Amino acid sequence: MSGAAPRITARLLPEDAGGRGWLIGLIAVLCFLACLAAVGAMAADRAAHGWARQLGAEATVQVRPRVGETGAEAAARAAETLAGVTGVSEAEAMDRKTAEELLRPWVGDAVLPDLPVPFLVTVRLDADAPASAVTLSRALAEAGLDASVDDHSLWRGEVERSAGLITILAVIAFLLTAGAAGAAVAYAVQAGMAAQTALIQTLSLNGASDSRIAWLYQRRYGLMAAGAGAVGTLAAMVLVAALRLLGGTEGLTPALPMVWMDALMLSPCPLLAATVALVAARFTALAGMKRRH
Amino acid sequence: MPVQPRTSQPAPAAADAVRLEGVSFGYGETHRALRDINLTLPAGSFHFLTGPSGAGKTTLLKLLTLVEQPTTGRLHLFGQDASRSPRARLPGFRRRMGMVFQDFRLLDHLSAFDNVALPLRLAGRKPDSYRDDVEEMLAWVGLGGRMDDRPPTLSGGEKQRLAIARAVVNRPELILADEPTGSVDAAMGERLLKLFQSMNRLGTTVLIASHDDALAERSGAGLLRLEAGRLVEGAA
Repeated sequence: MSGAAPRITARLLPEDAGGRGWLIGLIAVLCFLACLAAVGAMAADRAAHGWARQLGAEATVQVRPRVGETGAEAAARAAETLAGVTGVSEAEAMDRKTAEELLRPWVGDAVLPDLPVPFLVTVRLDADAPASAVTLSRALAEAGLDASVDDHSLWRGEVERSAGLITILAVIAFLLTAGAAGAAVAYAVQAGMAAQTALIQTLSLNGASDSRIAWLYQRRYGLMAAGAGAVGTLAAMVLVAALRLLGGTEGLTPALPMVWMDALMLSPCPLLAATVALVAARFTALAGMKRRH
Repeated sequence: MPVQPRTSQPAPAAADAVRLEGVSFGYGETHRALRDINLTLPAGSFHFLTGPSGAGKTTLLKLLTLVEQPTTGRLHLFGQDASRSPRARLPGFRRRMGMVFQDFRLLDHLSAFDNVALPLRLAGRKPDSYRDDVEEMLAWVGLGGRMDDRPPTLSGGEKQRLAIARAVVNRPELILADEPTGSVDAAMGERLLKLFQSMNRLGTTVLIASHDDALAERSGAGLLRLEAGRLVEGAA
């Protein structure tokens, strides 16, 4: 008998001689990209909802004066009417100067004096229970005003559709990244099993089930993916934090507003990477064992 | 007319450890490694399987360890049909066997202790429950002082003893050994034979494939002889 306690916890699967470094690097990069896709989707969604909320909180009314009434009078009457409608916080007739300021960037100074500038009323809607375009139109009609209401629903719809599209693209990018990581793990498991044929047969002959052998690969690559995923995620967190720190709430651009929570939201990514690796390793190893019989 | 087995064993136990009925096996379409083997190894029996190189001894052991499946015929292990066992059932059969391979099949990255402990570990036993058994077995085969050493540092004879220790450590019902004394000196060969005999006395069925006819004769065990894939002595 030996005096010192012999080693009894050695891993049944030997450390690979090579081929692990590239996989760790690849999974770290893929995890980093997946994190960026997720942050991009969250930021785009946040921007879109912000814009939609802003657009939804306002409406613009164009008033056409009746005979014997000036445009400014008609606009003032419309503003007064709309101010009393439930769901409207404030209604203000836009004076010509303000309207010209809005148009100047589009038409220039040359034609502005001759342009028939529309008579507009800007309406701020109640954030909690905004009045609908139909309600506003009905109130204007009842007051004998010829006017058309634009509640920005067209733009709002476009913005929301764009945000939805960006989210879908981000999810696809995320899934493709996960698929690529899974494929890389599957390839590594296949290569590992091919190199360890004798070991696998010895384990099998000594009573190891296919599931037990598959577990050896699952644990190996699951832990590896968790570690590599943590590196990629940490890098993405640092980048997001840096953008938030340098750019404030708007990050680098108002189109991608960032918050500190974005960095924290990435924290499950190593776990996801490990899950992808576990699943890929298990299916690959079990399929490999089946082919051996 | 079938030749009756020469065996030193008493009447067979209720269930046969091994029964082959008309088993043939071929590598490819033309090469028949085994032909129409009919063989019964009663539980608790001790047999030597002899024959010249290429006679089919290793192939027969491959069938018994379920590495290969018979091309035709039926193979029963421990009273159960194992001829076409699905993979899920293989560990159940193999955990009841101890195998010694001609090429040892030791795991080079594990210590001698871990190699011997392998079947116990794979059977789900905790290290604390088998530590003493493994140490005792290693001491018995003369490797008590080399428990932490890895197989590449061991001599051929030491590897062989290590492989035998691994095969018997879980006290299997059936021991299948392919040339287990091929790499050891005569004294150690006798000692290892005694180990198999003592395992056999405890009720373990033993089948040893060997070129060493003298050892087989000396052992007093039952003799099976294969020639050109046919069992010419010891057929059931």
